Amino acid sequence: MTTIPIDEPRIEQHSNYLTNGYSVKSWLLTTDHKRIALLYLITITLFFFLGGAFAVLIRLDLMTPAGDLMRDETYNKMFTMHGIIMVFFFLIPAVPAVLGNFLIPLMIGARDLAFPRINLLSWYVFVIGGLFTLASVASGGVDTGWTFYTPYSSTYANTHVVLAALGVFITGFSSILTGLNFIVTVHTMRAPGMTWFRLPLFVWANYATSLIMILGTPVLAVTIVLVAIERIFGVGIFDPKLGGDPLLFQHLFWFYSHPAVYIMILPSMGVISELVTCFSRKRIFGYGFVAVSSLLIAVYGFLVWGHHMFVSGQSVYAGMIFSFLSFFVAIPSAIKVFNWTATLYKGSISYQTPMLYVFGFIGLFAIGGLTGLFLATLAVDVHVHDTYFIVAHFHYIMVGGVVMGYLGGIHFWWPKITGRMYPEGWAKLAALIIFVGFNLTFFPQFLLGYLGMPRRYHVYPEEFQILNVMSSAGASILGVGYLLPLVYLFWSLRWGPAAGPNPWAAAGLEWQTSSPPPTENFEKIPIVTQEAYAYSEGSGFPVSPEADYKEGGSPVVHS
Amino acid sequence: MSKLFTALPSLQFRLMPEDASSISGRVDALYYFLVAVSTFFAGLIFVLVLYFALRYRHRPEVQQPATSHTGNLKLEITWIVIPFVLVMIMFGWGAKLFVEMRTMPPDALEVFVVGKQWMWKLQHPNGRREINELHVPVGRPVMLRMISEDVIHSFYVPAFRMKQDVLPGYYTTAWFEAQKTGRYHLFCAEYCGTEHSSMIGQVIVMEQEDYQRWLAGGDTERSVIELGQELFTGKGSCRTCHSPDSGPRGPDLTGLYGTTVHLQDGRKVTADENYLRESILRPGNKIVFGYESLMPPYEGQLSEEEVLQLIAYIKTLGGTEAAPGSPATRPAREPPTTAPAAMQPTSPSTQPAGARR
Ligand code: HEC
Ligand SMILES: [Cu+2]
Ligand SMILES: [Cu+2]
Repeated sequence: MTTIPIDEPRIEQHSNYLTNGYSVKSWLLTTDHKRIALLYLITITLFFFLGGAFAVLIRLDLMTPAGDLMRDETYNKMFTMHGIIMVFFFLIPAVPAVLGNFLIPLMIGARDLAFPRINLLSWYVFVIGGLFTLASVASGGVDTGWTFYTPYSSTYANTHVVLAALGVFITGFSSILTGLNFIVTVHTMRAPGMTWFRLPLFVWANYATSLIMILGTPVLAVTIVLVAIERIFGVGIFDPKLGGDPLLFQHLFWFYSHPAVYIMILPSMGVISELVTCFSRKRIFGYGFVAVSSLLIAVYGFLVWGHHMFVSGQSVYAGMIFSFLSFFVAIPSAIKVFNWTATLYKGSISYQTPMLYVFGFIGLFAIGGLTGLFLATLAVDVHVHDTYFIVAHFHYIMVGGVVMGYLGGIHFWWPKITGRMYPEGWAKLAALIIFVGFNLTFFPQFLLGYLGMPRRYHVYPEEFQILNVMSSAGASILGVGYLLPLVYLFWSLRWGPAAGPNPWAAAGLEWQTSSPPPTENFEKIPIVTQEAYAYSEGSGFPVSPEADYKEGGSPVVHS
Repeated sequence: MSKLFTALPSLQFRLMPEDASSISGRVDALYYFLVAVSTFFAGLIFVLVLYFALRYRHRPEVQQPATSHTGNLKLEITWIVIPFVLVMIMFGWGAKLFVEMRTMPPDALEVFVVGKQWMWKLQHPNGRREINELHVPVGRPVMLRMISEDVIHSFYVPAFRMKQDVLPGYYTTAWFEAQKTGRYHLFCAEYCGTEHSSMIGQVIVMEQEDYQRWLAGGDTERSVIELGQELFTGKGSCRTCHSPDSGPRGPDLTGLYGTTVHLQDGRKVTADENYLRESILRPGNKIVFGYESLMPPYEGQLSEEEVLQLIAYIKTLGGTEAAPGSPATRPAREPPTTAPAAMQPTSPSTQPAGARR
């Protein structure tokens, strides 16, 4: 540690987006997509650890069947706040708002997003929404579950529903603005030669995500407003006592919230496509299929919301149609997994940290996706709906998938973002701990679910204890795994070795500029002459940060 | 902490819940099929990823052979078609079983379930009530007609692989046939507020004779239908407006259940339980063709249990109760094209079933 000079010449030498102004104002009023990405990074990291703290308390409470740690009300607030914060303030913005914001202009050879000021606005909107939600936590919390089911949320709950709902409502606009920005950017700002089918798959994935954001989020916003109207003015919309229909809420809510699952997972899938090619030194297998499957998922995601309602009182026919359609969504996801696997074939694979996250992602996402089939199967869903089986399933997708992809991406692009390398040994250890901790936490929950333990139970029959204790033990390991990167990534900011422009010898445009990139991204706008992932055949794999980044094969000719 | 370890149960560790209903074994069979398919594919992916990762790992000293594996249409089609066929099998199997789960057997014992924050109230046909416990005979289908007084709950018996949400304002039904005597968990599966996890109970499956003895053991004097009749003529004073000779004061309810009702606004509805309930609590919502909206709303005056009893009684008027599962298939009445004078009730016995007025 002490042998490394404190002043890294290679980083301080030329000005970059980090050195372009140090004042608070230069950050809070920046329109640089890279700085905004960092603002998001800091914000969502805070939310992640806050949401994680609630998870820790939940798992502690579930160690004993009697739920000795807290009272019913408190427990209900814990899982509600955990859900709201993780879904709306971490999972949905994580990859698009941090990595997408930072990388999309770099990847398509642009100087910024199409609307830099709207980009800044979206962060402020996000923060204001977050403050509302935090205000609801501080003033005593909400206890409706992140799903806000009516008429409990609209009439019966006596916690701060409106405040929390308002937070979610406002944050939605931040998604819409980001989505709009991405779509316009991808359409209008690609560098010369960057055709649609030369776009990195990460860009495709974010493009598909943006479509869902702008089409789906308004529905959520309207739904939340309706809940608030019923709650504040007593207008009958969802509560049958006032003449409303409680199932209407579920239709509206899941019309957004099923596609929202893809808002969360698609960008992570995009990350995986970037990582798997780089670390197996190969073009992606089936580029067209992977790209189009993102769009298929985005469109298809809007047709399957009713699979959350098989036992809700929805008609048998509706149940059958939604079950049928839900099985179709499995296909594009399967296409992706098989293509990633095939990309490894005859590659030149190295096990750097980001690649470990790829392996983790493929394994956990496969389990998450396959258990989704159980839930799409009508007769089985009747039994496992609203049990821990569901909890396990969506954590495999959300935490196993989204968070693995996010962390893989953060490690992969960390040298680009900061100009520094993180300590590889620690990073590998953390990836391993996360993988083990994750499985120990959530696999027992599949068993619990099939045994019949309902979700959102804080008191449970004794025979479920062993599996719950296993799960809580796993969670403590997982917690350590998440804290480690926080520590060593911070450490690397000061003591990490300089990364150089392209430490992984990766093929994307973002690696053709210096690390950290200059404020205007590229000295000259590159002209693209090759498809994405033009890893030259049989190229060696320079892992040392000093390696010449041209070695990886350059898809770019500077004009 | 010491509490934790002393509280650990005697290591009775199981992977599957009790299998105690006519449907549970068949759900498990489908579950095993899904587990097998998933294990195969997850295993295939793990093995391939591991094998490729080791076989093709980067070796500085060895130049990797040049490859151009960037796609293969045949492979893509293979891994689209095979999963597609498999998921269609899953769909078909699951849907078939689901339809059976949702088709009420005709001879089922009907038990009323009223959920409220945070308890289950149940009533048997002979009038016996219980709370958070449901006694049922073994080997006989039991049908639950359920409603909530407040928020959404969900009636869940894992050992029967049976679950159905219980909604406010709308009846939902479910059925099961227990095949093993014993006590089984009853959970509320839909989050319903503070004491959601205490909204639990037991289903007690008994031998036929034990069940009969248990039924008789309560201090019940009147059956559900008798209670309904009492309300109809007594407290509810429905009879003053609903009798064969009530004329324009209100339609005769004889033979109503299961028929198609023509409404003032031109719509047609089937007179099922949910229609009857709405007609009693909020008569203004659906006004019968040819009548004035004279009926007072009973919302807030009758409890959910009382409404259930009234409906049970109304269903016995005119004896169409024999086909509760198929109201929609009954012949529809002639659309009322003539003046309301023609709507005067006639003797039900001279009319074919379902052709009142
Ligand atoms: C003041 C007279 C009056 C009383 C008392 C009354 N009703 Fe009615 N009821 C009517 C009238 C008039 C209609 C037809 C107009 C309508 O649909 O609102 C009607 C309609 C109905 C219908 C729908 C009938 C059909 O043919 O579709 C049902 C069921 C019903 N009432 C049940 C009851 C019950 C049960 C009670 C007692 C709790 C009751 N009513 C008390 C006047 C009355
Ligand atoms: Cu869904
Ligand atoms: Cu409940």
